[in-house]
Amino acid sequence: MAISVAHHAQVAYKPQTRTARRWRPSGEALLFLLFVGPNLFFFAVFSFWPIIYSAWLSFHRWDMIAPIKQYVGLDQYRYLLHDDVFHKVLANTAVYTVGAVGGTLILGLLVALLLNQPLRGRDGARAVIFAPSLLSGAAISVVWIYMFDPRFGIIARLLDLVHLSSPSWLTDPAWAMPAVLIVSIWKDLGFATVIFLAGLQAIPRDLYEAAKVDGAGVLWRFRSVTLPMLSPIVFFLGVTTILNTFQSFDIIQVMTKGGPVDATNTLIYYVYQQGFIAFNAGRSSAASLTLFVLMLGITLLQVRYAERRVHYG
Amino acid sequence: MADLVAARPAGGGRGIPWGRIAGYAAMVLAVIVVGTPLFWMLSGSLKTTQEVFSYPPTWFPSHPRWENYVDAWHAAPFGRFYINSLIIMTVGTAIKMVNAVCTAYALVFLRFPAKNLIFIIILAGLMVPEQVTILPNYITLSDVFGQSWINTYQGIILPGAAIAFGTFLLRQTFLGLPREVIEAARLDGCNHLRLLWDMVIPMARSSVITVMLLVAVAKWNEYLWPLIITTTEEMRPLTVGLTYLVNRESNTQWGQVMAATVFVIVPLLVVFAFAQRLIIEGVTAGATKG
Repeated sequence: MAISVAHHAQVAYKPQTRTARRWRPSGEALLFLLFVGPNLFFFAVFSFWPIIYSAWLSFHRWDMIAPIKQYVGLDQYRYLLHDDVFHKVLANTAVYTVGAVGGTLILGLLVALLLNQPLRGRDGARAVIFAPSLLSGAAISVVWIYMFDPRFGIIARLLDLVHLSSPSWLTDPAWAMPAVLIVSIWKDLGFATVIFLAGLQAIPRDLYEAAKVDGAGVLWRFRSVTLPMLSPIVFFLGVTTILNTFQSFDIIQVMTKGGPVDATNTLIYYVYQQGFIAFNAGRSSAASLTLFVLMLGITLLQVRYAERRVHYG
Repeated sequence: MADLVAARPAGGGRGIPWGRIAGYAAMVLAVIVVGTPLFWMLSGSLKTTQEVFSYPPTWFPSHPRWENYVDAWHAAPFGRFYINSLIIMTVGTAIKMVNAVCTAYALVFLRFPAKNLIFIIILAGLMVPEQVTILPNYITLSDVFGQSWINTYQGIILPGAAIAFGTFLLRQTFLGLPREVIEAARLDGCNHLRLLWDMVIPMARSSVITVMLLVAVAKWNEYLWPLIITTTEEMRPLTVGLTYLVNRESNTQWGQVMAATVFVIVPLLVVFAFAQRLIIEGVTAGATKG
């Protein structure tokens, strides 16, 4: 959609070519370089170079102190391929991603459908539900540690009210991942809600009217009108949430530090752990490149899908 | 579903509007579930140590202990953390905004060969997540022309100086501005800096402010990079300083820690309360216009 708008604007704007047809160095070109140069420079140094350097480091063994980086070929990748911890890390990343995406999208859609009703006070409700997505992940994780405490936490109390005993959320390998997931979904829910709401409000009302004339009930209208019209939004949110979850570090670092026994160790956490705790630059780089390739694949998928929308939409 | 509720006869006293009641009940429930952690933080920040560790926990502090805020302030150099967070946020946001506005302006209003290629290169920046770059950037900054920038403000701020998403959004806005007005100003001999400052930015005001708010919030919340690049307490921002207060082995002073969490979170809630519409619009623009 964006691309087509941009295209029209560019067609409409035909700069008067006063002197020469061919472009040649001028004050305008210098100004262009001055305006764009810093942004490009910082991207080159702090985004693009790191990828190249990581790729190079991943073929070496280095403790980040020694003057010599020893070339080891594909050994780091071979190690990751056969390492039980890394297998667990990949499995955790999959569970975390699927759980966060599923939970955020389903709950977000439900809340958006609710707030799309003509209820008084729904703008206030939307604000409260959106607020957590703006807050510092590190700070809210501190609050959740306090809430999850099995001895005096509010969640233990709520479970108690329905006669359930609280698990030791953050110290039990079976419960640490659900705990981290709850916090992630709580934090991202509002973002999904707001995007879904925008999508719902963009659906032309006559589609519903037409479906009603055809005798479609509430559920049928949801299936035949709402869901198909929302599918681009579902796709967008799916991709965004996957990418966000891949990068989710704050909650895990503050709540569990990847533990207990690697139960919440995800790919991004492993990159940090290998690099800045184990000082294993080569292995950290190999893992970080794996993460990068995964994310790049997902992003390209989104770009291709978005292009299709522009052509046929 | 919307019409189900809307179709009820207005002012009709016949029958109980169950759909509407259920709608309100669900909305209140959603607000309570999402809001509880924030309430719990505020309530905990006023509890005495004894009350924190008692079971069952109380919803409201029985004897509000405001001294928790004073104690928290002294438990760690929070004054210093605040200053650091403010420096990182203002300087970091300023650099990013200058980059975003200038790049977007150049891409839309200045002639240059291969502009589209340059735009694509900048968008490619979106595809490199910060997390993948931490180790190389740490190594880069440990030796900048023979100097270490580890544990310095420039080391914290500069790796995040480039901006792709904001550039993209502002470029979209600039493309939609009325061409005739800008062309007329050009023909009157208005130079590009004046044009940018006096016409383009004022006309695109709400987009610029929205991008700035989103950038500033992200800067305030930044955690991973400052955690890695700072090595002494006096360089840490609030987010990092706060998490060092939590001690999982022994009993954490939760009253104090919750008060400290309020220090980090409340400025954001205040900004959100004032700029809610802009922030939500900005966030939505990424989805519907992207």
